[in-house]
Amino acid sequence: MSLVSEGAKLSGSELGFAEPSLASVSDYLALLKPRVMSLVIFTALVGLAVAPGHMNPITAFTALLCIAVGAGASGALNMWYDADIDAVMTRTSRRPVPMGRVKPGEALAFGLTLSGFSVVTLGLLVNWAAAALLAFTIFFYAVVYTMWLKRSTPQNIVIGGAAGAFPPMIGWAAVTGSVSLESVLLFLIILFWTPPHFWALALYRTQDYARAGVPMMPVVAGEVSTRWQVLLYTLVLVPLGIAPWALGFAGPVYGTVASVTGAIMLGLAVQVLRERSPAERASRNMFAFSILYLFLLYAVLLVERGWGGLLARLAA
Amino acid sequence: MTEPRNNEKDGIVLTDAQKRARRSRSIAIAVALGALVILFYIMTLVKGPGVLVRPI
Repeated sequence: MSLVSEGAKLSGSELGFAEPSLASVSDYLALLKPRVMSLVIFTALVGLAVAPGHMNPITAFTALLCIAVGAGASGALNMWYDADIDAVMTRTSRRPVPMGRVKPGEALAFGLTLSGFSVVTLGLLVNWAAAALLAFTIFFYAVVYTMWLKRSTPQNIVIGGAAGAFPPMIGWAAVTGSVSLESVLLFLIILFWTPPHFWALALYRTQDYARAGVPMMPVVAGEVSTRWQVLLYTLVLVPLGIAPWALGFAGPVYGTVASVTGAIMLGLAVQVLRERSPAERASRNMFAFSILYLFLLYAVLLVERGWGGLLARLAA
Repeated sequence: MTEPRNNEKDGIVLTDAQKRARRSRSIAIAVALGALVILFYIMTLVKGPGVLVRPI
């Protein structure tokens, strides 16, 4: 007996069942957080391209695809669990689950299915070290960050930022089958980039987070403390950004770009510190430039260190 | 008067919008599964005999 048929007389609510879904393919694609996914693909590509060793381009494509799908899966799990707070925040209220287009159970099933497929496919077709890292990343983002840290501590994005920092390490592991100092450095750059990036955003979205009950740093510790911490984390981030060049892992072009953009990041962090609410221009500038900063560091590394190797692999 | 069929008695009426949404989701799942099969096929060719060698 089918519960869903086209010729029946009773509606689902009359029978006590959930109504059949109206979710479209685009709603499911939105669950994958495509913008976050594009950053994950880019940073994983850099990890993959700068890693020593050779990899067939089709295998490299498979690795990137699995990492992207795994990242999307953790996004879907995040949207399933956070539907209640997404609904009250302006930035997230139009996501498919709070809008009612995708049911929470559907988002959960979608996220779990893609998680399983992405990890197993990466393990079978590339290597199990990368697959294990991908599985840990999904677990870290969905369970450690989303279910535990996000609602319980203002350090949520400091620790949770690790989930966003893993993709270049997974890319590296896909080629080498292991992790090394260089891949740890790529990880640390994103890890220490995350707090100033998100706290700059939180400084001009404080009311949003407060309304949702999310203990972001400005909500819990206040604006002044947050502005100081933005500066402190930037002071750690900038030397880390220059470190690949200082350790001989990157060339002079990277060193120059990392130094100049690092100086701009520091200047913006000082402006954020000196700014007082309700002004928010410095925070917005810091948030916007931090995206460009990370993109430039990785792009220069890709061109300078990885491009030659990538082209050689494609030509092989 | 004839007895209604079982599925008419116990089922759920799908609206046109729900049918369209279900069809688009079904096609997307079919495409994804087809792509996965092709990916495994190509990767088997790429890896050759090494396809069975998967060091942990």
